[in-house]
Amino acid sequence: MTQVSMRVDGVSYTDDVEPRTLLVHHLREQLGKVGTVVGCDTSNCGACTVHLDGQAVKSCTVLAVQADGAEVTTIEGIAGQGAPGAALHPVQKAFHEMHGLQCGYCTPGMIMASIDLLNENPNPSEAEIREGIEGNLCRCTGYQNIVRAVQQAAGEMSGAATTDTLGAQA
Amino acid sequence: MTVTEDPATQATAPEKEIGRARLRKEDARLITGRTTWTDNMVLPGMLHLSVVRSPVAHARITNVDVSAAADAPGIVAVLTGRDLADEQGSIPCAWPVTPDMVNPGHPSIAVDQVNHVGEAVAVIIGRSRTAAADAVELVDVDYDLLPPVLDMEEAVREGADLVHESAGTNTSYHFVFDAGEAGTGTDTDQAFADAEVVVSRRFINQRLIPAFMEPRSVVVQPQGDNYTMWSATQVPHILRVMLASVTGVPEHKLRVIAPDVGGGFGGKLQVNPEEVLALLIARRLGKPVKWTETRSESLMTAHHGRDQIQYIDVAADREGNVKGLRVRLLADMGAYLRLITPGVPALGAFMFPGIYKFPAYRFECDGVFTNKVPTDAYRGAGRPEATFAVERIMDELAVELGMDPLELRRRNWIQAQEFPFTTVAGLEYDSGDYDTATQQALELVGYDELREEQRRRRESGDPVQLGIGFSTFTEMCGLAPSRVLGSLSFGAGGWEHASIRMLPTGKVEVVTGSTPHGQGHETAWSQLVADSLGVPFEDVEVLHGDTAIATRGLDTYGSRSLVVGGTAVVKAADKVIAKARKVAAHLLEASEDDLDFTGGRFSVRGTPGTGMSIQEVALAVFAAHDYPEDVEPSIDADATFDPVNFSFPHGTHICAMEVDTDTGFVKIRKYACVDDVGTIVNPIIVEGQVHGGLAQGIAQALYEEAVYDADGNLTTGTFVDYLVPSAADLPHFDTGNTVHVAPGNPIGAKGVGEAGCIASTPAVVNAALDAVRHLGVSDIRMPLTPERVWRAIHQGGDGGDRATAGSNAYGGAQTETTAGVSTPASSLGGDR
Amino acid sequence: MIPAPFDYVRPTTVDEALQAVAAGGEDVKIMAGGQSLIPVMRLRLAAPETVVDLGGVAELKGVREEGEHLVIGAMTTHAEVIADPLIARYAKLIAEATETVADRQTRRRGTFGGALAHADPAGDLAAVALALDAEMVVAGPSGRRTVPASEFFVDYLTTSLDEGEILVEIRVPKLAGDWGVRYEKFNRVAQAWSIVAVAAAVRREDGHIAEARIGLTNMGPTPLRASATEAALAGAPATADAIATAARSAAEGTSPSSDLNAQADYREHLAQVLTRRAVTAAAGL
Repeated sequence: MTQVSMRVDGVSYTDDVEPRTLLVHHLREQLGKVGTVVGCDTSNCGACTVHLDGQAVKSCTVLAVQADGAEVTTIEGIAGQGAPGAALHPVQKAFHEMHGLQCGYCTPGMIMASIDLLNENPNPSEAEIREGIEGNLCRCTGYQNIVRAVQQAAGEMSGAATTDTLGAQA
Repeated sequence: MTVTEDPATQATAPEKEIGRARLRKEDARLITGRTTWTDNMVLPGMLHLSVVRSPVAHARITNVDVSAAADAPGIVAVLTGRDLADEQGSIPCAWPVTPDMVNPGHPSIAVDQVNHVGEAVAVIIGRSRTAAADAVELVDVDYDLLPPVLDMEEAVREGADLVHESAGTNTSYHFVFDAGEAGTGTDTDQAFADAEVVVSRRFINQRLIPAFMEPRSVVVQPQGDNYTMWSATQVPHILRVMLASVTGVPEHKLRVIAPDVGGGFGGKLQVNPEEVLALLIARRLGKPVKWTETRSESLMTAHHGRDQIQYIDVAADREGNVKGLRVRLLADMGAYLRLITPGVPALGAFMFPGIYKFPAYRFECDGVFTNKVPTDAYRGAGRPEATFAVERIMDELAVELGMDPLELRRRNWIQAQEFPFTTVAGLEYDSGDYDTATQQALELVGYDELREEQRRRRESGDPVQLGIGFSTFTEMCGLAPSRVLGSLSFGAGGWEHASIRMLPTGKVEVVTGSTPHGQGHETAWSQLVADSLGVPFEDVEVLHGDTAIATRGLDTYGSRSLVVGGTAVVKAADKVIAKARKVAAHLLEASEDDLDFTGGRFSVRGTPGTGMSIQEVALAVFAAHDYPEDVEPSIDADATFDPVNFSFPHGTHICAMEVDTDTGFVKIRKYACVDDVGTIVNPIIVEGQVHGGLAQGIAQALYEEAVYDADGNLTTGTFVDYLVPSAADLPHFDTGNTVHVAPGNPIGAKGVGEAGCIASTPAVVNAALDAVRHLGVSDIRMPLTPERVWRAIHQGGDGGDRATAGSNAYGGAQTETTAGVSTPASSLGGDR
Repeated sequence: MIPAPFDYVRPTTVDEALQAVAAGGEDVKIMAGGQSLIPVMRLRLAAPETVVDLGGVAELKGVREEGEHLVIGAMTTHAEVIADPLIARYAKLIAEATETVADRQTRRRGTFGGALAHADPAGDLAAVALALDAEMVVAGPSGRRTVPASEFFVDYLTTSLDEGEILVEIRVPKLAGDWGVRYEKFNRVAQAWSIVAVAAAVRREDGHIAEARIGLTNMGPTPLRASATEAALAGAPATADAIATAARSAAEGTSPSSDLNAQADYREHLAQVLTRRAVTAAAGL
């Protein structure tokens, strides 16, 4: 067992873990952060995406011991610690408003990857968005409304008005 | 109780909820990670299961030594098939499509013989997930290898090796529908004998994997002789009935809960071996247990879909009038029959004629056993296969006749004024207008410009050629009229149930038997009820997915939820209103006949200013101080709806495809579709369903295939090799709708869940072929890998077999645990 | 899935790392970004007794200039490589190829040195290192040595790193003169490994191709140079025809494998097409 300390969604935790413990399993099983999920075992699907020191990583492909001393942000920590009525992160809000999710299983990872993309490129083109989330698989939406959600969030985060409304293209 | 006066309500009719792009209620928890996936569940004393799986496709088990695993740290017990043989029963098959269908039985855990790679041979029960996983490799199983049966055409030959020796055959059933014999069409042989033109093709509709994003997971908690099961299932109600019959746990002692479920697409329409095992083990140990699969396990052992070899013949005259259709299928069952394994091709049997007026039709299907994981429902289930075959052969016929493919379709499809139309397969298509949908789709895609560009590229010999493909399709949805299911020997009905509970504070609980897993029932059902009862959308809560709460139901599949389940909700609301009317009449001291009900208020006709809302009636019956003598003090109501016919959504899908003739790489340039799904309750949900269906249908055409090697190992055993497309791999979709209401239900909805998936696959393949047909290509096998496209262009044929070795990523991500044992024959060879 | 248990060491200097590797015995695995190693361990294709994680070794990170060379620390992540101004200036081919590696999350963790030491023939960076005549600086118990890329990649997933050795930095000659570059990657879906890819750097002089360097990804158990094409291009006119002719020999001397994505003959064909495209683009045509 190795002792690890990390701040997760603003709270500090110190735990003993086996070195082989994946960060995602540590988050889910030891810290109860079950908002982050596991979708595959080859680092393809991205459902487990969290931010490690501000950057999106696949938490199934990081060992918990590697996150020792790090700041981890999960889907549960991006909007007012999830308190009822807390303002949503613009990307969360946009996923809701653009119907960018159906079953919602990929959604935490998709949102965390999208935030990372927008941090790096605040005004991405459609192609850049599609490439920017290439590491996240969704089986429900066909991605189109996810792309629109990221576009809307980009507009909101950069202060620009957006005219795209749902149903307009139907 | 007060009778209030609210002139404002009466002056302006509230906006109708049906048709409104309501944002989803479900999203709040899903976008914040406050979810209840089954794997999130932790119970005191919970034990963890891991499954030891066969690394070989076909073998007799000669010995299972679990001693080392049982002694490993953290291991509570290890059970083999022999240990569970007397209590495990057989995974049920609800659809004996013929009276003499061969069903060898499907043990949840192998006892004497394994019949596919990944079949369970032992279960480890550990104190932690890790301990259980570690002990898997300590179980030592001896196998006496049998020859694997992998190729359907070989499997049905005389003297072929047998999957199930005792069955004496690899053919599970021979199912025939002959329109001439059924009296719905003319003699098929005669039609072909008389035909001026006959076109015949052999199409392969490849094996697919549903690949829902949430891996399957099940938790069972024993409480005395009661059991609660949480499972990532589409079908908690069906699961409960079936588990009761398989395990002998009485149905009323078993509660099944489907919490948040991360997609299904038919893949979670199943009674899984692991669900049976979890229940048996929880019963045996008296402790809560959890099993959550890995993705590799999921791809290898959750049921697959499609996998048909289709021999299809079309007869026509020289002018392009179709005269007959003949279909013969080999449908791969895999090693066993699961819940509706044999029924999937039978569901498709009636849809091969598509939207066309074939006078003669004959369908035959052999269900074939192979040493692969069983097939079962996958989005569309039978109908994508049928649509693919007919939409592909119509293009081939057009080429043979030298006709425009759309002109050929137009000449033969059912005209708008001909609805309702009884097809050669005996189905009564309800409503629609194929011509209008097609016109709209042509405009949406920019057809004339694309044809012009195609001409330019062709003339200049551009290495990148452009093609345009069509799919003018219909599907059979709203599963299903119970009497029809009975006539097809299905083991259950197709009704759906709903109840509405009017709470004293005016809030409304809607209980639906249709269990969602991403479709947005909570939102759409709220819209239905808000309109019916005239209550605010926000005041409605939709409950589902727990057999103790939603006590009756038949769950979600077959584009049935809105058509059948939604109708049950509307009918329950009608009953609520009828009950409330009596109470309101009493309280308003008026005759029932003099009451109007609009906008959620009862008012007395001719007496402006009087009235009360239905929410006030709810409070009044809760207090129950003053209500009519002859009624109960409740306005709650239940309804069960059983449709009398299917519904028939239709649409026109058009794909424009670029084909790089140098490399074979295909890229969708544009995709447009116009679907008619009847009344649209929520346009954003409908659009989302179409998008998702398109992605899966396109993925069948271009990316996905479950590939087995010559030893029966699944070589597409991880997401490295089973290619689910990402955002970067799919195009933008231009979607539209026409609306012809379905006459078979009061909502007028036809169903939308499967449309995009059913329609898109042939449009994509037809587009690729249209791009390279002038280079001598007449077929390319799915998925259209660049290699296959390139070979078809430069070497002829349909692109041929793929090598079956997994890609070498991660050092060839194939191991005993992911894909079984590899031999020299399997590393490069291939059964397909 | 969960990896098999292992001991974990997280040194902070190269010396500590070498000691840890030496102490770890035969079943030691060196982990750089872990983006290939962790999946392999999860699938239990690898079950090392000891994992030495280089993530804490600060001296292995970063890019610097040393005369005519760029020196890239082995633990520089793909994301850092893509954003690095020195690489953009002197070794743009590396940045271009790195942008195609996996996905953004993987590029945050995966490292340049880790990718090279893993030596997956389907990985993108080995062919680039080979094409650019990079040198691998290897630290071992008896000091440091430098191995040219051409001698570094020995076989499938195998390099000339000896037991106990660590790849610490990669020296890349700066491209001087009028060089154009292109990484032409061919795969079926965006995040997949290359089926085949071609890394090309072309120096033009007076309307001719003075020098072309071409690395091939996934055309054999190791990355390869398209030597015959390079020879044919040297001094050739910078025209589409000349390039197309030269590219026809791109698959000479290769031994590609057959798998789900491509059989060997198709890979050979792809190598020719992609070489033509890469060289054409690199030559600015």
